[in-house]
Amino acid sequence: MRRSMLFLPANSPNMVVNGGVLGADSLIFDLEDAVSPDEKDAARDLLRSALEALDFGRCERVVRINGLDTPYWRLDLEAVIPMGPELIMLPKTGGGEDIRQLDQALTELESAHGLTPGRTGIIALLETAAGVENAFASASASPRVKALFLGAEDLTADLRCQRTKEGAEILYARGRLVCAARAAGVEVYDTPFTDVNDLEGLERDAAFAKGLGFTGKACISPAHVSTVNQMFSPSRKEIDYAREVFEAIERGRRQGKGAVSLRGKMIDAPIVARAKLVLEAAAELGGEEAGANV
Amino acid sequence: MNIVRQAAAGSLESSDILVTLAPGDGELELSLTSSVERCYGDAIRETMRRTLAELGVTSARVEAVDHGALDCTIRARVTTAVRRAGEEAGV
Amino acid sequence: MSKLCGTLREAMERAGLENGQTISFHHHLRNGDFVLNMVLEEAAAMGLRDLTVCASSVFDCHRPLIGHIQRGVVTGLETSYLSSAVGRAVSQGVLDRPVVFRTHGSRPADILSGKTHIDVAFLAAPASDCEGNCSGKYGPSACGSLGYAFADAQKADTVVVITDCLQDYPLTDASIGEELVDLVVKVDAIGDPAGIVSGTTRMPRDPVALRIAELAAQAIDAAGLIKDGFSFQTGAGGASLAAAEHVRRRMLERKVRGSFALGGITGYMVDMLQAGCFQAIQDVQCFDLKAVQSLREDPRHREITAAQYASPASKSTAASHLDAVVLGAAQIDLDFNVNVHTDSDGCIIGGSGGHTDVAEEVGLTVVAAPLSRARMSIVVDKVLTVSTPGSSIDLLVTQYGIAANPGRPELRPALQKAGLPVKDIRELRELAESINGPAAPCQPPRERVAARVLGRRGEEQDLIYTV
Repeated sequence: MRRSMLFLPANSPNMVVNGGVLGADSLIFDLEDAVSPDEKDAARDLLRSALEALDFGRCERVVRINGLDTPYWRLDLEAVIPMGPELIMLPKTGGGEDIRQLDQALTELESAHGLTPGRTGIIALLETAAGVENAFASASASPRVKALFLGAEDLTADLRCQRTKEGAEILYARGRLVCAARAAGVEVYDTPFTDVNDLEGLERDAAFAKGLGFTGKACISPAHVSTVNQMFSPSRKEIDYAREVFEAIERGRRQGKGAVSLRGKMIDAPIVARAKLVLEAAAELGGEEAGANV
Repeated sequence: MNIVRQAAAGSLESSDILVTLAPGDGELELSLTSSVERCYGDAIRETMRRTLAELGVTSARVEAVDHGALDCTIRARVTTAVRRAGEEAGV
Repeated sequence: MSKLCGTLREAMERAGLENGQTISFHHHLRNGDFVLNMVLEEAAAMGLRDLTVCASSVFDCHRPLIGHIQRGVVTGLETSYLSSAVGRAVSQGVLDRPVVFRTHGSRPADILSGKTHIDVAFLAAPASDCEGNCSGKYGPSACGSLGYAFADAQKADTVVVITDCLQDYPLTDASIGEELVDLVVKVDAIGDPAGIVSGTTRMPRDPVALRIAELAAQAIDAAGLIKDGFSFQTGAGGASLAAAEHVRRRMLERKVRGSFALGGITGYMVDMLQAGCFQAIQDVQCFDLKAVQSLREDPRHREITAAQYASPASKSTAASHLDAVVLGAAQIDLDFNVNVHTDSDGCIIGGSGGHTDVAEEVGLTVVAAPLSRARMSIVVDKVLTVSTPGSSIDLLVTQYGIAANPGRPELRPALQKAGLPVKDIRELRELAESINGPAAPCQPPRERVAARVLGRRGEEQDLIYTV
């Protein structure tokens, strides 16, 4: 279950070492923007060593490599792939061709290190106008692609518009990403909220993204993790309703009814599918943490 | 690997170690200043020696300033410093 | 004869200060205090020797004390807190006689009972009139509460008020009254305002501290305490402030009408008072200017004495009415004993302050601390110094999980029910060691005693040795 993905600068021992306890579902070890060009080698060595030595508990390990247009990305992969991170995040994904290039490099490295081919997944970071327009092509270019992720800061620069807290300027991109990801059968993550101290604003932004269909949201500050987790967990209300749906179906079956209704509304296939997802998510979260968002 | 130039890796921040390497005269000269000297000084020196040996460094002057780095951090910083100070300095 | 003296020297001569006597100081001017240094400098100039300094706390700004000890002007030190500059010198054996550590609550208890005898109390007063009616709320060096000074003023043989802001008689809103004061002297400055109060108290940026704070607030909530009538104390450290912030959010979300905030008071607590989270603040010392202003202007914010705060000899105390407190630790061991006196090398870096008092009195004592700091495990097999006995500690909150004292069996299931990461303290200890690697033993040789740590009732609780 991935609700929150927390960015950690890969060259900061203090952040990397403590990454596993900050409450995030996924950790994104950043070799790209968080590391200056003359420290790329040090960040790579540190991350490799940390991935080898440290236990990150239940956190999924994602590595954001440098872009395909840099001299670093292959070295990044060579350093980290042997340590078996679950996912590689590709910045500035432009389309299916980029994904295939990364896919091939991963296949070569996996085979060179005796790893199961295809075990390393990809999160495509879409942060250019072309990337957004090619979202479906990227999402469906390889079975390695597990999710799309929207990067609004770079995108708005590319779109030549102001980035605002309200986010009207990225509404199209958000909708497009959700649609492309769902069409390709992969997950979709929202851009981080950048005002570290505005937790109320974060809550609104996360609730809006959840409403659009996003699976979760990235965080640039550990202080945002618990709010994001809460917002993307099924609420008590959703869980209760999902349980009622299945109880009603069971009642209907016992009474030999074909069609069942709940609260005056027919229970159709989409309602059942939705209820099933909610209960699965709740079960995965262990019941306790879920429902905290009453 | 041969150490041919002075180079450093790491930082003076908490939980990090700053490792500086310079060409030596046939042996390893290792000096360490650590905030955790009493409890971990010997362990840190041991980790540094082992990492240097693994990288084939037999002659170098090594100066390290430690602020409570874990073993994995020490290994990484020594590795980066060796690569930066060695013959085949790359990207 | 007028109480007003022309110079500090005149005041000290009129006080009849002699070799071998005990002089006392309060620490409300914190790391900006000039008074302790100016009195000792004058004492040295007068050729006095063998004095015992009885100060409620000693800060780094009191470094000149080390020189006075080396020259024999000062040969005894009794305090509740000794920050690292002077602490290191003491740990290195600068004093022949061991330092005596009391708690913030037992210090006034011993003074009021006569067990601690003070010959002359030097009372730094941000504002005073010519008869010694004095207050901490006014003047350029305003520090707010004078809570730690009351017992000294009541029981010292001679009380000298030292002020840099002499006001017309009578100073009506005085904390300490003229009936207790022998002499008054005006000096240029009693302290550096920048060091007296930090000005603003900032939230930490350290993600680990933020995570611990969040867990601490969740634990307090899980214990069922965040409800109407809730009373709370927290320190001025980063993690404590962040914990207060999470408690505040929970209180406001559920419209909880708490009772009071206690302790060293920050602007954060003032915000919570103003937001309706609390109905009152009981203030033994102010940590920032916002707290000083609130104490001066808001009748719901009251000054209390150290005895009223937490003396074990008082008929009742504010601490004994308290529901929850968040405290720190330099080390905590498998029996939940907490060390706030010494660092991992055994060097003195602090002291109990009110830690031991409040921990014993309060309903729920939460120790919030990282599992380790820069490779040094905070959770250890045995603390180097027992500052607060484990029987007073209910919960340890680290970023890796929360351990409940088995002496409070109801806490563990409550935390588990709330979905919090509950761990045995031994698990946390093992985790710390597995992350940091096994540490070589750091216990200094038990040869020469540098300090005696007294428990709340005067019993010898532990000894600190020179390093």
